[in-house]
Amino acid sequence: MRWIWIDKFVEFESGKRASSIKNVTLAEEYLHDHFPGFPVMPECLMIEGMAQTAGILTGEAKDFQEKVILAKVNKAVFFDYVCPGDTIRYDAKIEMLTDEAASTTGEIHCGEKLIAEIDLMFSHIDRNLGGKKFPKDNFVFTDTFKSLMRGISTGDKDSSKNATEAD
Amino acid sequence: MSMSRDEIFKNVQEVLVEALGVDDDEVSKESRLMEDLGAESIDFLDIVFRLEKVFEIKIPREELFPAETIMNNPDFVENGKFTEKGLSELKEKMPHTKLGDFETDPDINKLGNLFTVDAIINYVDNKLNAA
Repeated sequence: MRWIWIDKFVEFESGKRASSIKNVTLAEEYLHDHFPGFPVMPECLMIEGMAQTAGILTGEAKDFQEKVILAKVNKAVFFDYVCPGDTIRYDAKIEMLTDEAASTTGEIHCGEKLIAEIDLMFSHIDRNLGGKKFPKDNFVFTDTFKSLMRGISTGDKDSSKNATEAD
Repeated sequence: MSMSRDEIFKNVQEVLVEALGVDDDEVSKESRLMEDLGAESIDFLDIVFRLEKVFEIKIPREELFPAETIMNNPDFVENGKFTEKGLSELKEKMPHTKLGDFETDPDINKLGNLFTVDAIINYVDNKLNAA
């Protein structure tokens, strides 16, 4: 089993921004423990959902050749609860992307309501400053992760680089 | 963009407050990023990203915080200490940094002490104000 906390991508602009959604349902066991009689989606899992959205955005920018690892949670501020039946949307944007790392900003919305602001940093671990070696195989971007992008166009890399920022 | 050292300090202070989650009164010109402000490896990249944005400059890898290429060179480091050659390489690569006591005890574990707020200000000052 893979630890997947987004259901699918709904928008993807290569190297720039991506949006995914997650449907929250009482069929998910953790909601019965968090908390009994008051099910709300744990905030840490929403950070994970954002890490997956922004992480795949970062990975795709280099054609999934790098192993992209969450390195730092720069900011995670929550404004409201997410409950069973809600569909939440993760909007992630790349702020900086270099050979060795990336930083992203992001927001979670439920409908029009702002749920959270989450800014993250990712490391391309094969280029880590300590010179440590990792297995050749890309254990980060497995087929399960890539399947989240089925049916979504990532846009043309070259044209998106020249395009002006939409927002 | 031209900026006084005080203005540069204010901006650097803000960058460090955001990147390291410290209070602004904890950040003085003498503060050492690792020892005093608790910076770890990924924080250095975070700081570089933020400096590039705030000052609108490009900071090539290993220019502000050179460590990797120097530390991994056996000519420069011997038995955990910098050699004469290593020290002169450091001086050349880090003109924005005062080596001070490090010259008499160039233990590689103390290299982190050279990464100070003052060194960042010098670096940015050179970038912005060099004619």
